[in-house]
Order: sequence, then structure tokens, then C-alpha cells
Amino acid sequence: MKIVICVKQVPDTAEVRINPETNTLIRDGVPSIINPFDMHAIEAGLQIREAAGGEVTAITMGPPQAEQVLRESLSMGVDKAVLVSDRLFAGSDTWATAYTLYKAIEHIGADIILCGKQAIDGDTAQVGPEIAEFFDMPHISYIRKIVDVSRERIVVQRLMDDGFDVVESKLPVLLTVVRELNVPRLPSLKGKMAAKKAEIVKISAADLKVDEQDLGLKGSPTQVLNIFAPDPKGNRKMLQGGPEEMVSQLVSELLESKCI
Amino acid sequence: MDYFLTEEQVMIRDLARQIAEEKIVPVRAELDETGEFPWDIMKTLAQSDLFGLFIPEEYGGLGKGSLELAIAVEELSRACLGVSTTYAANALGTYPLLLFGSDEQKKKFLPDIASGKRLVAFGLTEANAGSDAGGTQTVARLEGNEYVINGTKQWITNGGAAEVYTIIAITDRCKGPRGASAFVVEKGTPGFTFGKKENKMGIRASATTELIFDNCRVPKENLIGKEGMGFVVAMKTLDNSRTGVGSQGVGVAQGAFDEAVKFARQRVQFGHPVITFQAVQHMLADMATSIEAARSLVYAVSRLVDSGAKDVSKESAMAKVFATDVAMKVTTDAVQVMGGSGYMKEYPVEKMMRDAKILQIYEGTNQIQRNVIGQAIIKEAARNNK
Repeated sequence: MKIVICVKQVPDTAEVRINPETNTLIRDGVPSIINPFDMHAIEAGLQIREAAGGEVTAITMGPPQAEQVLRESLSMGVDKAVLVSDRLFAGSDTWATAYTLYKAIEHIGADIILCGKQAIDGDTAQVGPEIAEFFDMPHISYIRKIVDVSRERIVVQRLMDDGFDVVESKLPVLLTVVRELNVPRLPSLKGKMAAKKAEIVKISAADLKVDEQDLGLKGSPTQVLNIFAPDPKGNRKMLQGGPEEMVSQLVSELLESKCI
Repeated sequence: MDYFLTEEQVMIRDLARQIAEEKIVPVRAELDETGEFPWDIMKTLAQSDLFGLFIPEEYGGLGKGSLELAIAVEELSRACLGVSTTYAANALGTYPLLLFGSDEQKKKFLPDIASGKRLVAFGLTEANAGSDAGGTQTVARLEGNEYVINGTKQWITNGGAAEVYTIIAITDRCKGPRGASAFVVEKGTPGFTFGKKENKMGIRASATTELIFDNCRVPKENLIGKEGMGFVVAMKTLDNSRTGVGSQGVGVAQGAFDEAVKFARQRVQFGHPVITFQAVQHMLADMATSIEAARSLVYAVSRLVDSGAKDVSKESAMAKVFATDVAMKVTTDAVQVMGGSGYMKEYPVEKMMRDAKILQIYEGTNQIQRNVIGQAIIKEAARNNK
């Protein structure tokens, strides 16, 4: 079984600041880490390998220094690491990123592709599902539990607002995962030592045999016009109890606040 | 201070620190309160390969030495001495096999110890044999192809939790100190049971029990080294492990110091953070200086041990006695810097102070360490004046 995990290097902060003039993230002086959701994808990939056998490959698209997150993935126990890097990929939106990763993963081959549900810097949650669309393979997002996995099919629980769905899919499939799925393991010393020496497979635009028009800024149909922090929503209050109780509470609240 | 550690040593330090911060700090107060054995943390240490640090590569370890072990123990001790005692006692129990075990014994036991699958404990102390190991009363009598062990070991770290025990028993009482031998005994051997878990002042996450041998029969092959070598095995084991206790001292002192500095920057009295007061600064300065001195000595002696030096008794005793006295002083002063807050269980320094006390007592009291140093001085002086 071939398991591919998409990992992204992100700035280590939940409060990313934005340059108001360029509308881009300010990355200076912020240390880089593996996107936290991707850590759960790595753990899931390793657990699938332990249960069903196979080979786990971590892949990232980014500048040369993104190699660091691949070495961290290797130290956790991933078998192979692939860096998709080229100046031509610069400025990719989610479409172009997904297209490039799709082409690169096609190169490697995959039965299961795992992604974090979203990256903590861009927060779009689009690249994973878009990769699946390019492949024309099923995808299941927000996986909170892998119930069963074999070489042909997988059964998972998908997190919903009011509980979870149980979804079965044939392979190949793409899954995006949430924190509830697992606790990512720490690296091992042997893993760290091996990761330091491991060879990282590098894939450039030329290797993908694609039209340059489909890559990077040129291949990106969306353009960011403005990024801003939305005004906070007004206060809200959840009423508790049975319908009658809640209605009388609601009426008295509305009277109190002179709405009625 | 930069100790010019190698890239691998830095890797070991960073990983041990990550485990300490992510897995130990969040649960240490609860472990202290309940005295529960830290199985989850042991599992993490096993997965991270830390149990194999000092075990040769041919037995599944990483083939590193005392310095690497000291670095790992120091980082774990910064977070919790109870946890680091469990980890360090594992090394203590392994040394008899590592230093004196036969190839068969090493092949049989070391791979599982390196992977963390089986914990180890060392059993020397008895009710009447503490500082005076000559008072050992546990006996092992050879009957055919088996040794029959009788007696009770006391205050054994990792008792009950460990699967493998290296113990000292008397095989020939007439020979005095040359009548003791070392054995390896596996948990589950008929006639080998555990006493109650002790209720301790500190290092409460670590398990401390009696080992009770009642006509416990072990195969002749379980003898470590030769008959009569028991005290040599014990002394060489302790020579190797003492730097580990020293690094526990460095670690807990550093942990307490960090808390004291953090608190002193936040706590405002007379309109200023207390760290701006010279009285507090001088305490912190002394603490920082003594920690660095202790660390320097522990690292230097660890390097001496790793160089293969023949006799390290004096130096390892110096590292143990100095670093653990520093630990007691620094943890006590950390409580003092933090005042009433330091005395409360909401902050970790009162636990660190309680924990630190054992370092001056176990693996040879600091008075015994001074005896070891004193005897070495006499020997050296006699040699020089020949």
C-alpha cells in the first residue's frame, strides 16, 4: 500500500500578522513548523502502515528550506520524503498548488493520500479536496477516526457539527484529518539520526512535464485583493431547557433588552 | 554556557527536553500527588529510543556513553525527578549486565532493555546493609545447576515495575566482602515477590519496594561474572551510575532556578519586580553559578568515564556529591525566592525541593561519597610519597 502525506511548512504562531500593503503573511522572525494538522496526518499514515503494511511518503511543495519539515517527518518514521520546489511554483493559489501536488503525487503513486484539514496560515482547507478532484478520486474530509482499512477499502468517521458520519470508500482515496484523530508521536533518536542523513527526492517543474501556464501565479485563477480581520460578531447567548422554558426565557430576555 | 556538544548530543538533549516539556511537565504534579507509576512516559521514552542510549549498537542500542546519558537524565530531571529516577535506575540495573555480563546474558537481556520493552532494577540495599554493603544478608546457595536465593532487599527503585533485576547476594559468608556475587533474576520466577510500595517524601512517581526472595531458584547461568565478584560488580556499577545522579542534581536545580527567575520577574513588591532587588539577584547569581559549576563537573567526569579511564571512583563521587548538594541548596533557595508561593503546591518548586533530598541519600549517601574521595586522597598521597 502506498500512503502519501501532504505536509506544509507554516509559521509557528496562531496569530499570523498580515502586511496590509501586500496582503501577504509576515513570516520574518517567526520560526517555521509542520502545520499542526499535518502532524495528525503523519501519525495516521504511520498507524495505517503499522496495521496494513506499505510505504509512507511525505510530500511538501515549498521553497528549498521546506526540506526541514520533511526531515521532521522522516524522524517520526516516514519512509520517504519528496520536496516539490521550483521558482515556477511561486505565487500558487490553492488551485495551482493542488494541481502541482496532484502531478507530483501521480509521479509517486498513492493508494491513500492524507492531508491535515487545513493549514494554520492560510486556513482555506481547499488543497486536499482539490487534489482529489484532479485525480478524480473520492475524498473524505474531517476524519476523526479510522475504523478499518484494507487494501481495497477504508471505513472512517467524519466529524460533523452534531456528531459524526460513518463513511466507507474504496481506494484510492484522499482523507483530510482533524486533531481528534490521534496523538502524533514524538520523533525517535534513531529516526532523527537517520533523517539527518536521508536523501530527499526533489521534483521540479521540468520533472512534472506540465504547461508552465498551469503553474504558480500564472496558473492561479484566484487573486487576493484584500485580507482583513472581520469585526467580531455580537454577543450571543445559548438558552437551555425544554422548548417552553426556552421560549419564556427568550421573551423575558427580549423584554429586558427592550427589543419588544 | 556552551559545552561544545556534538550535533548528536544536541539532538539527544532537544528530544529529551521535548519529552520533558510536552509529556512530563503537564502530569508531574498529579504523579507526585498520586504516586502513580509513569507508564505512559516510559512508553514515550521507549519509542524515542532513549532506553537504548548507552547500550551498544550490536544489542539494539545507540552505543553512546555516560555523557549522552547524563544529558538525557538532566533534561528529564528539569521536569520531574520521580520520572528521571525511574529512567536512571533502569541504567543502574543494566550496568552489571553491561560491564560484567556474559555474551549470552547480554544477548538475552540487553535488546529488550534497549527497546524499553523490559525495565530493570538494581538490588543491593537491605535493612541491615545500606552504606555498609558488607552487612548484606541475602544468600544464594548453589544446589546442582541452580542457585537458591533467600533474603529481602529494601527500598529498591523500579521494584515491581521492572521485569529484570540485578541483585547482590552472599554466596560464601566466610570470605567477607569477597563472598558476595551478582545475579540476574527475572520477574515471575517462583519464590520472588514484592513487598508494599513505599510512601515517600519525594520522587513519588518512582516505585520503591522490597524484593522478597523465598527459596527462589535461578539457573546457574544467572550468575553475573564469577562467584565472589559481587561487590566489585556493585562498586563498578555505582562508579558508572554516580554521574547520572549528579546530572539529576544539575537538572532539578536548573528546573527550580528557571521557575525562580520566571517568578521573580513577575512578582511585584514595593512597586518593582522582585528580580530588580539586589538581595534576590545575589541569590539567583549564586544559584546560576553553582549550577554551571555542577554541570561542568558532571560533564567532565562523564567524559572521563567515556574515555575508558580505569578508576573513576573519586571523580564520580565528586560529581555526585557536588551536584546533589547544589541541587538541595538551589531548590531550597528557589522556594525562598518565591516566598509563600514557592511553599504552595500550585508551583513546582516545593516538589523539586522534596525530590532533591533523595539525591544526597541514594546510590551512596553524600557522606559515603566523601569517604570514597577521602580514601582516594590517602591512596594518592601514599603513592606520591613512595
